[in-house]
Amino acid sequence: MVEKPRVATASLCGCFGCHMSLLDIDERILQLVDLVTFDRTPLTDIKTLGDCDLGLIEGGVANAENVEVLREFRRCCKTLVAVGACAVNGGIPAMRNQFGLAECLRESYCEGIGVHNPGIPNDPEIPLLLNQVHPIHEVVAIDYVLPGCPPSADAIWTFLTELLEGRPIAFPYTQIHFD
Amino acid sequence: MSKSFKLDGRAIPFETGQTIMDAALAAGVYIPHLCHNPEFAPHGSCRVCLVDIGGRQVSACTAAASEGMEVDSSSEAIQATRRAILQMLFVEGNHVCPACEKSGACQLQAVAYYAGMLAPHFTHFFPRRPVDASHSDVIIDFNRCILCELCVRASRDLDGKRVFAISGRGLESHLVIDSPSGLLGDSSFAVGDKAAHVCPTGAILPKGRGYETPIGERLYDREPISIVGDVRAHEEEVV
Amino acid sequence: MNASTAVTVEGFVAESLVTHGRDPRHLLQHLIRVQQRFSCVPDAAVEALSAALDVTRTQVRAAIAFYAFLHERPRGAFEIRFSDNITDRMLGSRRLIRLLIERLELSGLPAWGRDLIRDDGRVSVGLASCTGMCDQGPALLVNGQAVTNLDAQRVDRIADLVQEGIPLERWPGEFFRVENNIRRHGLLLSNPANDGAALHRLIDEGADDALAEVERSGLRGRGGAGFTTAIKWRFCREAPGIDRYVVCNADEGEPGTFKDRVLLTDYADLVIEGMTVCAGVIGARRGFLYLRGEYRYLLPHLESVLQRRRAEGLLGTMILGRDGFDFDIEIHLGAGAYICGEESALIESLEGKRGVTRKRPPFPVTSGFDDQPTVVNNVETFLAAARVVQWGGYWLRGEGTDQSAGSKILSVSGDCAWPGIYEYPFGTPVHQVLSDCGAENTQAVQISGAAGATLSPADFDRIIAFEDLPTAGSFMIFDDSRDLLDMVRNFAAFFAHESCGFCTPCRVGGALLRNLVEKVAAGQGSEYDLSEMRHIGAVMRQASYCGLGHTAPNHVLNTLDKFPQIYRRRLEREAHTPSFDLDSALSEARALTGRDDIGAHIRAQIPEGSEVSA
Repeated sequence: MVEKPRVATASLCGCFGCHMSLLDIDERILQLVDLVTFDRTPLTDIKTLGDCDLGLIEGGVANAENVEVLREFRRCCKTLVAVGACAVNGGIPAMRNQFGLAECLRESYCEGIGVHNPGIPNDPEIPLLLNQVHPIHEVVAIDYVLPGCPPSADAIWTFLTELLEGRPIAFPYTQIHFD
Repeated sequence: MSKSFKLDGRAIPFETGQTIMDAALAAGVYIPHLCHNPEFAPHGSCRVCLVDIGGRQVSACTAAASEGMEVDSSSEAIQATRRAILQMLFVEGNHVCPACEKSGACQLQAVAYYAGMLAPHFTHFFPRRPVDASHSDVIIDFNRCILCELCVRASRDLDGKRVFAISGRGLESHLVIDSPSGLLGDSSFAVGDKAAHVCPTGAILPKGRGYETPIGERLYDREPISIVGDVRAHEEEVV
Repeated sequence: MNASTAVTVEGFVAESLVTHGRDPRHLLQHLIRVQQRFSCVPDAAVEALSAALDVTRTQVRAAIAFYAFLHERPRGAFEIRFSDNITDRMLGSRRLIRLLIERLELSGLPAWGRDLIRDDGRVSVGLASCTGMCDQGPALLVNGQAVTNLDAQRVDRIADLVQEGIPLERWPGEFFRVENNIRRHGLLLSNPANDGAALHRLIDEGADDALAEVERSGLRGRGGAGFTTAIKWRFCREAPGIDRYVVCNADEGEPGTFKDRVLLTDYADLVIEGMTVCAGVIGARRGFLYLRGEYRYLLPHLESVLQRRRAEGLLGTMILGRDGFDFDIEIHLGAGAYICGEESALIESLEGKRGVTRKRPPFPVTSGFDDQPTVVNNVETFLAAARVVQWGGYWLRGEGTDQSAGSKILSVSGDCAWPGIYEYPFGTPVHQVLSDCGAENTQAVQISGAAGATLSPADFDRIIAFEDLPTAGSFMIFDDSRDLLDMVRNFAAFFAHESCGFCTPCRVGGALLRNLVEKVAAGQGSEYDLSEMRHIGAVMRQASYCGLGHTAPNHVLNTLDKFPQIYRRRLEREAHTPSFDLDSALSEARALTGRDDIGAHIRAQIPEGSEVSA
């Protein structure tokens, strides 16, 4: 028996909306499970990443841990896909690039309304934030992009089925949108 | 006997003095464009309407039509160049479509869909640009300005006000407002001005009208701009 | 700004308006005068000019922001700008900049568009694009005046003079000496004498005859593009219009070019004679000489030449006594914008606006200054035209090739024993120039400036001619001790700084290209970045609105083809590297949290299969 393609997914600096949209393929998820094996993904709760054929990345790169996860995905996945607006161009989180990191952190942890115990967290367990949020192609090479906030379930389905069947990926007009 | 040229193999009639864009639009054939608006003199700055004539690339909005010319507006090479130009516009500003009221009815977005652009591709500049909400009826979000100068031209040529100008140069080029404070609220700008209704992106927006149309029913949700036409043509319905 | 200064500013503007008129097209000239007087254009001047000239204050501010030599906020009382061409750098300018900054107790380094201004307002240090002193650099401008042949001693002395507040008039005269360095005289340079002979011939034989001689000569524009001069003049002459204008393009901004400076110094009479002949041929009554701001020191000299020629009846009303032959010339200054060398941007600038390229067609010959038919020619072209009318078209044809009649004046700089001005017949091979100027172990020649072509030794048998290597005259030499990537970095930054910003590919592409070049230079680039540079370069070349954008990526594309090793030897081993330095991107967070543990750093990518040992 031929081994099924292994798929991993991760959410970096995003809202998990793209993962929710993946679940929105509804009953087609049963077909998908027939087609692929899931490796590390929030859907399986597998925490370690093995060699994969396909990696789907939601979210932009906002902190040191995002960088680490993204690089690991790039190392382990033959094909890496930026899924959703945040992975593609930083999305909503990148709107913080309008401000300095100090401004953001002081507003959140020191000077904002309702802050108790003001102080910027410095526990070594907490990943440090990057000066700016970046789309993932600014950190690693990517092979495909799937825009949308989130990409619709149909767009995700079109993408996965055509890719897995080795066809050139062509979306109907209504499936491509940046929002 | 009228004159004609070939656009992607199709005969397009034209009259002397017409540009390729004029003639194509008159014949109902779409060539993508952002800084062009038939109500104003051709500008030629966005470069999105690039077409190929015998190996030479020209902007359709400024190039005169001539008898027998063969114009390529749809080859993969031309579309690829357009995509690169659009990608440059996207990384130059801060175009956060999910957070923009114009999304779905935005010409920049629609032209990007038309050209097959999926992602901005280049490295983002993430410039820090202000939002000017000083005016009672209109908001200006400079993050979304693509320097098409349509508001500059509308205010100067039709409104007779000269509210806008472009300042700086190179990547520092930016839209400026003629008022003592530099704010729109202190200028002579009014929501009824033509300049309030020509922006192809969400840079100039009327206040108090955000997200009126449900997703799925917006201008470019169902059909591409090549069928729907420019935002401008629909803007008037709203005004 | 206190009230007494405001009055002075307004008074100065009022006086400028009286002296130089209220034509809105004089806006730029007023601004330059105000800048010169107050080291900036204060708000009061913006308001006064806006009110007097019927331009909005925004348009005034937009013009100030466009021109590199105009500022809304004061620079130093001594405003120093180092010429930052690659040839200045090769002569050690960076070291001298650091030396001056140290002596003046400033901190940091200036960059294009970012001047260092001392708190006491005494002095500022900034950069300028090539100031046209490449054969006697490093050079700088102090309050617009050119200082040449900088060395540590001279810079030291300048620091003293600034500290002591000695006005420029009392600085040593030799600081401001500009040499002509003419090394090889050809057809044009052999004989600077001029006695109005071309004008006499024009009067005696008529305009048709003069145009016929220009036609016969096959003279083509010397500014680089090589358009046939006679056709340009004829088009303009025949175009419908109320007035006609002659414009001399002396905005010699192409890095490495300085021959027009020499021509305007020693051959100004012939240049002006060429303009006057052109006026006679096309029927113009007014002309402009658009002089780049960097050459402002030539202004008194040029004004005196104009004045003398008026007195001699060679300019002004009834030239050579001929009724109805009236023509006069105004000198307009530029203010630091390379794009204004492009003829339609130059015309915009002449009209007082930001120097943004016009849509063409219509071309200036039918719709130029004030939308009237206008001839714009290079300094050297007018000089050649004067001689052609004087001595006949065959005289020019006696040299050169079939398609390139006559001679070309080259500005030779860089790694050679005798930099300076060389005039050659068209058809001269590159190696001949190299051998004449004493260049050895030449690795590369950048011909026709930053916008031109990079030549490797395989090209040195090629000839200087429109049909092979067209050139506006810049000839910069790099020997094998040079890292050509330094040249690429310099040019990429130059084009990003000088893009007018009108069209997308040049405005954005130029900045992307500069950033990628810097990334590779920093040792952080990958093979992917090189392919991106090619991609962006190709888009700029094919899609830009004007010649600036079309040619801006040439140096990158040429060197990628001919000198790939200058990039390759700096590449990371990975096929793709991040667009920013990952560890530096945590700098702010580290500072804010005080953390410096292992988790507070991001290691550079470790190539697969290779383990690092501690």
